[in-house]
Amino acid sequence: MRGRTPLLVLALATLHLMAIFAGFIAPYNPGAQNRELPYAPPTRVHFVDASGFHQRPFVYAPTFSLDSYEEDRTRELPIHLFVRGDTYTVLGILRSNLHLFRVDEPAHIFLLGSDGYGRDEFSRLLYGGQISLAAGLLATLLSLAVGTIVGTVSGYYGKWVDESLMGTAELFLSLPWFYFLIAVRAFLPLHLSPAETFLLLIGVIGLIGWARPARLVRGVVLSARSRNCVSAARGFGASDLYLLRRHILPETFGVLLTQAALLVPQYVAAEATLSFFGLGVSEPVPSWGNMLSTLQQYNVLVSYGWLLAPAGALVVTSVIYWLLADLLHSRLKSHSI
Amino acid sequence: MKLIARLALFVCLLLATLAVATPAPAPMNAGEELQHVDGEVGRYGGHLVIGQRSEPKTLNPVTASDAVSREVIGRLTADLITINRESQRTEPGLAKSWTTSADGRTFTLKLRKGIRFSDGHPFDADDVIFSFTVYLDEKVNSPQRDLLIIDDKPLSVTKLDQYTVRFTLPQPYAAAERIFDGLPMLPKHILEKSYREGRFAQSWTLNTSSVEVVGLGPFRVKEYLAGQRIVLERNPYYWKADHENHRLPYLDELVFIFAASEDAQVMRFEAGETDMVSRLSAENFALLNRERARTGTQLVDLGPSLEYNFLVFNLNDLTTKKLDAVASKQAWFRDLKFRQAVSAAIDRDSIVRLVYGTRGTALWGNVGPGNKLWVNQTIPHPQRSLETSRQLLKSAGFSWNDAGQLLDSNGKAVEFSIVTSSSNTQRMKMATLVQDDLAHLGMQVHVVSLDFRAMLDRVFQSFDYEAAVMGLGGGDPDPNPEMNVWLSNGATHLWHLGEAQPASDWEREIDQLMQKQMITLNFQKRKQLYDRVQQLISENLPFIFLATPNVLAGAKAQVGNFHPAVLDHYTLWNADQLYLRTESRGGERAGIR
Repeated sequence: MRGRTPLLVLALATLHLMAIFAGFIAPYNPGAQNRELPYAPPTRVHFVDASGFHQRPFVYAPTFSLDSYEEDRTRELPIHLFVRGDTYTVLGILRSNLHLFRVDEPAHIFLLGSDGYGRDEFSRLLYGGQISLAAGLLATLLSLAVGTIVGTVSGYYGKWVDESLMGTAELFLSLPWFYFLIAVRAFLPLHLSPAETFLLLIGVIGLIGWARPARLVRGVVLSARSRNCVSAARGFGASDLYLLRRHILPETFGVLLTQAALLVPQYVAAEATLSFFGLGVSEPVPSWGNMLSTLQQYNVLVSYGWLLAPAGALVVTSVIYWLLADLLHSRLKSHSI
Repeated sequence: MKLIARLALFVCLLLATLAVATPAPAPMNAGEELQHVDGEVGRYGGHLVIGQRSEPKTLNPVTASDAVSREVIGRLTADLITINRESQRTEPGLAKSWTTSADGRTFTLKLRKGIRFSDGHPFDADDVIFSFTVYLDEKVNSPQRDLLIIDDKPLSVTKLDQYTVRFTLPQPYAAAERIFDGLPMLPKHILEKSYREGRFAQSWTLNTSSVEVVGLGPFRVKEYLAGQRIVLERNPYYWKADHENHRLPYLDELVFIFAASEDAQVMRFEAGETDMVSRLSAENFALLNRERARTGTQLVDLGPSLEYNFLVFNLNDLTTKKLDAVASKQAWFRDLKFRQAVSAAIDRDSIVRLVYGTRGTALWGNVGPGNKLWVNQTIPHPQRSLETSRQLLKSAGFSWNDAGQLLDSNGKAVEFSIVTSSSNTQRMKMATLVQDDLAHLGMQVHVVSLDFRAMLDRVFQSFDYEAAVMGLGGGDPDPNPEMNVWLSNGATHLWHLGEAQPASDWEREIDQLMQKQMITLNFQKRKQLYDRVQQLISENLPFIFLATPNVLAGAKAQVGNFHPAVLDHYTLWNADQLYLRTESRGGERAGIR
């Protein structure tokens, strides 16, 4: 178990850094269309040609004929590292136009192929990751914040407060959310900017999800409240706030952390689901969900396998977070014993 | 010996059950005036399976208004005069010939003698009179009724003798014989009772006993299994024969199974569960084309369809609506230069390539090259030019800020949304391409996909939209069915609904031209009038035309006489002549279990 920890941390860091530095790693702007190159398969990176091995890898320009792409073998176009290209911003602060790699026109380097508009799937995957991961993380924070407050109040004060709050939580767990959201979307104004939709998504996912953490926190608070140390402190005249801060909330910390690791992938998937059905961020801004939505078309699904890349990204993200939850769980258990 | 006798008995029994299963064509009758058709002579037998989007809602030809119901009903019934789907011209149906009076107002139709309904009952002028009584009855509320009302007066029908009927129109009507296509003749002996009792609309539902659903089409109903299939069997008395005097249809059965989407239909076709697919999207066509070498599928690209897809701006009068946000943008939309700039900026070739995989055609007017008879060839097809767009915008008082955003003369940034139906991936794609094209002009465009009904509600009822990508057309090449789009008070005058007066001079001129062409009988003169309409439309751009898809269809290798057409119904219009080249094996009955 221990040996896996650094690996896991590395994977987690890589995943998020790739999303944060999407602009640097991605060779192209995620919205840039190459109308001559729809559904181009992943570009093959070559090292060897007729004259032998090259240290600098190169690609061939694709040419479209009838229903398939061929490589134009007459010209080799080397891959350049650290080149200037389109400008982008990192975290909305840092402006730059330095890209990790690119090739010269007329070739394009589509590591994961291109979509129906000839947009680079790899660049879109990275930029889409920004939206999807940020939505997952922020919605988790929101969910946990609401859940902690409600759960603590409910568990600490008990009686009718507890009953009414937990009743509400159960109601929330039983609502058919998906249909509810589709109905809600119909009442919202027609065009929301991508930023507004993004905040709305976080709000919706986060607020729907508060019930489960609230119930968990309530359980922990309930058991912590009856501990001897709490009774003793109360006997010495400690205030509710003090008791919560000093003795009770720290107990919930482990549960919350594990819960967070479980909720993030769940919410990333929730964002993908909503966007898949057109309820999330809209074109041309990419998110893993709206990228996958083209796969609703049968012919795309069976013909252009590389467009499944966002599904792969979702799986990888989920696995990393689940392993993290597992790790946290066992760490905290051994810690408390 | 005993064994042989048993075997013979078994074979006899088997044949007997087969005979019960599908009726053999009735023997030829000397007094019968059959229609003999050209085309490959097929072989009898087999059944053809077709996928349908949904179940038909009714089998009543008078009240059916949805395409799916009509798809089935069209095989059960026949018309007096039909439009040949291949030549797009009228040809005799139940009427073997007709004459038109010099003033174009009276039509005298000679009916075929000795032909019978699918229950064996003879057909004559009384059935025709009865059918038109029903179609014209306001209480029945048939969608076809509008076609029979010309200048607010209905046409009248009189019986001259048992096989001759005369139609009198209140005023001359161009291409009047075309209206007979799509008006199936009804059996008076079956339906008169329910009509007299005022229950006509309730007759011939899906649950009506198949014996009672009687028509003159090549097939009749055999069985209906809710949610699964509807099976039609040969009408043994059908009135057409091939040129070797075999009574049509060749097929024993025509089976409709239900597959919810085009994708589902394609999957079933690929799996061999259905024999034909029509209205394929270009992508699915390409998919089937790749497998063609292995499967031997017949795939046909018929070239441009009559459908036109377009971008429309909301030019409705919003003074009584509380839609200030939309109304404030209408100043741009109403400016012809703005619409011209948008049109010039759209890369139609990319739409054809990316949306239709080159199996489509760019459009600059409402009549595309698919409509060879009516297209106005002089409509210009300007190349995409962002430079032209910028000049047009500049001359209309627009300007650009440092960030490249387009500003109107009041300094307001140009930003609007385009709604499309989320179920139509092709129009979604068009909207996304238009969005990117207009971004080059500094316009910020949002694409909003809505449920189809929600979108129609906004476009037709609430007017709460700014622009929309939609499609129209596809039925008939004649200009008359387009009247409701181009007349300023038309029900589909999408950009500005419910105009009391034509809102502009050119709309007034279109009104006059369309009214005039309707009563002009000479084709050349009608064409001149309609050419001018097309010219006015392309100059004033109430719609910004984008592209039209090709009509694409496919069938299994063994389907004979497969001649899909550009007109509805694309593949089944000649269902009476379709046949299977080889005996279908038991396994191929897969779709129906």
